[in-house]
Amino acid sequence: MSAMLRALWHSRGFVVGSVRRDFQTRYRNTMLGAAWTVLNPLAMIVVYTVIFSQVMHSKLPGDVSRFGYSIYLCAGILAWGLFAEIVTRAQTMFIDNANLLKKVSFPRLCLPVIVVSNALLNFAIIFGLFTVFLVLSGQFPGAVFALLLPLLLLQVALAIGLGLVLGVLNVFFRDVGQFFQIFIQFWFWFTPIVYPAAILPPALRDLLVLNPMAAIVAGFQSVLLHGHAPDWTSLLPAALVALALCALGWRLFKKRAGEMVDEL
Amino acid sequence: MGALPGTIAVQGLGKAYKQYPTRWARLAEWLLPWRGPRHRPHWILQDIDFRIGAGEAVALIGINGAGKSTLLKLITGTTVASTGSVATAGRVAALLELGMGFHPDFTGRQNVFMAGQLMGLDAARIGALMPEIEAFAGIGDYLDQPVRVYSSGMQMRLAFSVATCERPDILIVDEALAVGDVFFQQKCFDRIRSFTASGTTLLFVSHSMGTVMGICDRALYIRQGRLAFDGAPRTAADRYQAELLGHGPDAGADADADAEAKADTAAPAPASTARRQQALAAPALTGSEGSIAGADTACIGAAFVDADGAPLTSIVSDQQVTLRIDYRTKRDLDDPHIGFKIRNRHGVVLFETNSYCMDQYPGPVGAGQVLSASFSFSMVLAPDEYTLTVGFSNGGYDAGSFREVLNYLHEVSAFVVLPNPAAIRWAGMSNLAPRFACTRL
Repeated sequence: MSAMLRALWHSRGFVVGSVRRDFQTRYRNTMLGAAWTVLNPLAMIVVYTVIFSQVMHSKLPGDVSRFGYSIYLCAGILAWGLFAEIVTRAQTMFIDNANLLKKVSFPRLCLPVIVVSNALLNFAIIFGLFTVFLVLSGQFPGAVFALLLPLLLLQVALAIGLGLVLGVLNVFFRDVGQFFQIFIQFWFWFTPIVYPAAILPPALRDLLVLNPMAAIVAGFQSVLLHGHAPDWTSLLPAALVALALCALGWRLFKKRAGEMVDEL
Repeated sequence: MGALPGTIAVQGLGKAYKQYPTRWARLAEWLLPWRGPRHRPHWILQDIDFRIGAGEAVALIGINGAGKSTLLKLITGTTVASTGSVATAGRVAALLELGMGFHPDFTGRQNVFMAGQLMGLDAARIGALMPEIEAFAGIGDYLDQPVRVYSSGMQMRLAFSVATCERPDILIVDEALAVGDVFFQQKCFDRIRSFTASGTTLLFVSHSMGTVMGICDRALYIRQGRLAFDGAPRTAADRYQAELLGHGPDAGADADADAEAKADTAAPAPASTARRQQALAAPALTGSEGSIAGADTACIGAAFVDADGAPLTSIVSDQQVTLRIDYRTKRDLDDPHIGFKIRNRHGVVLFETNSYCMDQYPGPVGAGQVLSASFSFSMVLAPDEYTLTVGFSNGGYDAGSFREVLNYLHEVSAFVVLPNPAAIRWAGMSNLAPRFACTRL
């Protein structure tokens, strides 16, 4: 493993270069260029805050603040967005880079690192804007904000563990990719992001324990909306799942990395 | 890394792809590993053993599908071996197929950075090497255009320039150079030669025997996934050509026996009974797609022989050769004619004629007989690879038409013309062997 990490360090130039190029590609051939990287997420935040709070007057049950639902929604959607971006990109990372994998010898581990770095970069931009909004609207939760860091770490571990498993499987069984695209939509709606968990019927609410993302998203909402620390005990199952997925993904990757190139 | 930089050690190397009868079989194998494998291994390479020392220039030859590219991929590490091991020491630069995995949407310059970073160079170093890469590739303004608008030649130019921007310990090149124009090829080979002179190990695939002999001091001949020969390039080229001539591993032996059987029948004279028996039993040769092969006639031999009638395993440019073509017929023909055509790798016909066009009349031939024709000439063609097409017709008229074309085999075999070390230096399609004189007026 240390040899793999050393090889990875040796390829850091490629990783950094790839992240930069990926970022540039999205706004290539546009006139505003980098401005779009800010305009896009800004529009999303405006939609969720202004439209929901001012136009539709959506309110959380028992909540009186003006931006309550908007913050609840943004916290969930931004957290989910990061998770979904890592998993969906990781799931196709080997297939998308088939051309490279077949022709050039480089540490394969670069690919998941690039995926995570890219997603984190995008997340940093949109979450930075959201933080600015929190500060301006006087809703910034204070020191408890720092607790988002361990939460984020857990979420990335869960996402890349799952992404690696799906990414390897997808090379051999392309159905996995198709299936997951459907699955992740159900998963989104089975996570209390748009709606509060309280509106679920009790039988369904008990099942949320099985959804590691529910606990993580709840952590984000708790910090950003209420200024409370996340409920760490409820995050324990998510941490175990993340650990298990990372271990499984790593094993699968190690075992099948060679065979993978033959299949692409 | 105990070994000297530039050495390659391959031991008991084998590569097999897994073939599953259905998509479900793989799933079953993964989910129920204790139930045993459900795939059949399809071996591409087997039992490959060799060592290449630092600074050696080695060619890898063999027909398409022999496993050359797979071997190179195993050595560069893009593909993982099924059995055995590969060990390389030092920095490896590889040009596999086209483009080094260039990204079509990025500009040439961006791709240079990406490829350079993949080779382990940092951005500053690539920036410093950029003018040199730019100059060598010589693609001008295209460097700042997306790679998708590049021609394959331009991609290769850029790929070669990046891969060789710094002298590697080992340089691996897979047929890539074939797409470049002659000038660029020349430039590439100059650079390769200067690398090998300073100690770079070269391993490259080529179908051009002239290049192989010009650059390499050793050749590995791969046949059907096995190392069939390891040694002098000339011998390897001979073996390779023998395989080409025979169109396959077993047919090769037949063709030789065939040619030997008719060693003395230079003219259509009655052959001895034993030889006739052999000729009658010989299998019919086949041509590529679009060939005509009626049931009445069969081509049973088409091979180059020397002045003594012995089959040639290699032909050197300017060598005196005889092309012998044997046809067996099941019915009487009043005016049979035999012809041949030589084409280069681009399909350009370099020469074609037939007995009718040469005003030669073999005369009637009866059912069950074999007509053996010989065309003797000097092989004035340039060192390269050529294909042979043969035909058999009946009843010539006009400038070169026939009442019936009985048999026409496109690309019945291929042959290689090797460079003639005694010849003058020349370029072109055929050696006109000019005589020189000059006077002062």
